[in-house]
Order: sequence, then C-alpha cells, then structure tokens
Amino acid sequence: MSASPVYLDAATAAPTHPVARQALLAALDDGWADPGKLYTQARRARQLLDAAREATALTLGVRADEVSFTPSGTTAAHGAVLGGLAGRRRVGSTLVHSAIEHSAVLHAAERHVGAGGTATEVPVDRLGRLDLTAWSTAVRAPGVALAALITASHEVGTVQPVAEAAAACADAGVPLYVDAAQSVGRVPLPAGWSVLTASAHKWGGPPGVGVLAVRKGTRWESPWPADERESGRTPGVVNLPAVVAAAASLRAAAADAAAEATRLAALVDRVRERVAAEVPDVEVVGDPVLRLPHLVTFSCLYVDGEALLHALDRRGFAVSSGSSCTSSTLRPSHVLEAMGVLSHGNVRVSLHRETTEADVERFLTELPGIVAGLRAEAGVVGL
Amino acid sequence: MPDEVIDCRGQRCPLPVIAAARRMPEVPVGTVVRVLADDPAAAVDIPAWCRMRGQEFLGSVDGPDGPAYDVRRTH
Ligand SMILES: Cc1ncc(COP(=O)(O)O)c(C=O)c1O
Repeated sequence: MSASPVYLDAATAAPTHPVARQALLAALDDGWADPGKLYTQARRARQLLDAAREATALTLGVRADEVSFTPSGTTAAHGAVLGGLAGRRRVGSTLVHSAIEHSAVLHAAERHVGAGGTATEVPVDRLGRLDLTAWSTAVRAPGVALAALITASHEVGTVQPVAEAAAACADAGVPLYVDAAQSVGRVPLPAGWSVLTASAHKWGGPPGVGVLAVRKGTRWESPWPADERESGRTPGVVNLPAVVAAAASLRAAAADAAAEATRLAALVDRVRERVAAEVPDVEVVGDPVLRLPHLVTFSCLYVDGEALLHALDRRGFAVSSGSSCTSSTLRPSHVLEAMGVLSHGNVRVSLHRETTEADVERFLTELPGIVAGLRAEAGVVGL
Repeated sequence: MPDEVIDCRGQRCPLPVIAAARRMPEVPVGTVVRVLADDPAAAVDIPAWCRMRGQEFLGSVDGPDGPAYDVRRTH
C-alpha cells in the first residue's frame, strides 16, 4: 500500500485555493477578451482587471495605479531590480543586495554587473539575518542606485529587519526594493519600501502571476521594450483569468492570514522541537523566533539530500531541499552557504491552509526512521 | 602544515565530510588533517561539521591540488 500524499512544499507552490479555482473558472467564461479594446466584451474584461488590481492594492496597502501584474514572481523581480537601477542611472550604478536574495534577484544583479554595473552583497549571520551594520555602510556608499532585500528568507524562513534596513536606505536617499513573495498573503508587510514584488502561487493563486508594486514618486523606469499595458511596467497581454484568480485568492488568504499564521506557527514549532529532539545529528536552521509562520528547514549530518527527498517521496512526503545534489547546478544553496550552516541532508518543510496536524504528526513519526535507514545504508551510524 | 591528507576529490556531498569524520578518531588529538575536496558543498559542510562536532576548523587553502580544508582534532 502506498502512503497517502502529504504536500509540504508550499513555499514553492501552495495548493490552489478554492476561491482561486472558482474565480479562474468564472473569468475563463467572462474575462477572455482583451481589456484594451473598445467593445462590450473588452469593457467586461477591463472591469475584471480593474477590480483585481484594486483588491490587490488594498491588500498590499498601496494605490491601484501602483500595482502591475507580471507573468511570474521572477519577471516581477527582474523588473523591480533592473527598472529600479535604470530609473536612477544618473545617480550611480551600484545595486546593494543581501546574500540571501532569491535567484531571480541575483540573476538580475548578474545581468546588471555583466552590463558594467556593480553589485554589493551584504552578509547575513548564522541565523540568516541581515548584517544591518554592513547594510547601512553599503547603502551609504556613493553611487548606490537601488537596494534589494527579501522580506523573509524563502529557504530558511528568517524574517529580515526590513524596517531598520529601510531607515538606513531613507537616510542615504536610496530606494528599497523588497521581494515579499513569502510574506504576501501570510504576514503583515513591513513599511518603508519603494518597490515590492510577490508571486501568486505562493498564496494559493495560480502559477504564472506576479505582482510588481512601484510607489508613487519612485524613480523606476521599465527595463523592457516599450509596451503601454500595465502602466508600461511589464510588456505583453495579462493572463486575465489567472490574474482575477490571483486577486480573489489573495483577498481570501489575507482574510485568514492571522489565524492561519497562528495555527501553522504552532505546527512549525512542533517540527523544530521534535526534529531536534528525535533525529540525531540534525541542525535546525533559521531564526527560532523571528521567522515565517509556515516554513522550517533542517539539515541531517552525513545524509545525501537527494536520497532523503526520494525516501520521503516514497513515503508520500513532498518537500524541498537546498542541498547541492538536488540542484541542477550541483552547488549548495547560496542561502545555506551565506549562513555557514550544514548544506547536505537539507530539507525545507513548508505548510499551507490544507496542512493538518495529522499530516505533520505523520511526517514527524516517520522522519527519524527514514533518516536512520539512510544512515545505516551509507554506513555512517556512530560517526 | 597538515600531518596527513585525505583525498576526496571527485566525491560529492556528503562523502568528504564522512571521510573526515571516519578518519578523525583514528588520529592522535592535535593532528591536523587536510581534506582535499572539489565538491563546492565541502566549503560549507566541513566547517559546519567541525562546529557541530567541536573540532577545530583551521581554514581552507586553494593549492595545486584544488580546494583543501584543514581540520585539527581537538578531542
Ligand atoms: C522569495 C521568492 N522570490 C521570487 C520567487 C519567484 O516567483 P515565481 O515562482 O512566481 O517566478 C520565489 C519563488 O520561487 C520566491 O520564493
């Protein structure tokens, strides 16, 4: 008998929220026309798009005209970084970013450096928290066009000191971009940013919808070929049914966020405690207190990360890993590397609205045996 | 200078760490063991192992044999 599936990788993609499904189906019937045209069907599509934008803006605490929908969280991040740099190219060409940004931000930074710009990477501590002193020094340097900081680590869950980082940016007159993909729809957003991005499939919306919010007065210039849609911030027709579903599910997720955060944080606490107590030679990583409510990461000494993912999958558990053997580049996660924590045998567990206490219990019951089995196979018991 | 060298070139994580862990109890306290390892994860995992096991990580060197990591047995 195969084990019933337990999906624990919400930080990659949360299961579709029922509200998203409903809205998507309705909008497929009602929102297929091009919202830019001048006939009845287009006006209906325009109404749906406007309503989605207003709802999203309300949840983010911004104005509707500050919000654009992009084809993914990745393209939103690319646009945020490259557009923020382009808008201030007269001031300078330095991007300051933390060492634990998402690869979308780091790849945009590489593009910028490849084009002759510079990037300053700011380190984090062992818990994955930004070094604020180094950050303040970095943003005060001459020629800084933009600073980028993830609101909370997608790999280890540590919440970043965004308010303090934003204050340092404000002092230096540098706009701050925050990648809020793991926070939007789950936890209150920090203040003080000029540009924000998010990704709908992290909150139960459909995959392939990103959000780019640019506050009024921010010097941001589209890095893409010209296109008038979405306030000129991101080219191409929007996937309107998906955008409608994203906005509807964001509203639903935000309405439940406080209660869900309390429920999931208790389950994450349980994972942190039980894994540390019941799996020998394990390092539970990330800040134990200042962290996301739904995400927990640990590394098992002497265990191959890929073998661990496969063994968990055979028992029905879907999780992620930052171990090098599980990545296409065969490099360990840059986040674990920046923190200086064990990178092999790494597992990231991330919970969502459908995760039950029983799911977590089953995971915790089975994990010690699975790890012990792999260690026995590898002949590393007692090392 | 290391007292001995273990060659883990070509081995993927976590094998270099396992090799170091196997060798450590066999050498006298105070011995410096150099681990040659070209897997990029070793740069993170060998220091992390030292921290978890209370052994001393002396640092990494990039020599003619590629990246190497020096560990002193302290207990
Ligand atoms: C923090 C963070 N930023 C950006 C992204 C990219 O979003 P998307 O998957 O929509 O491209 C992700 C998801 O992988 C993420 O976790």
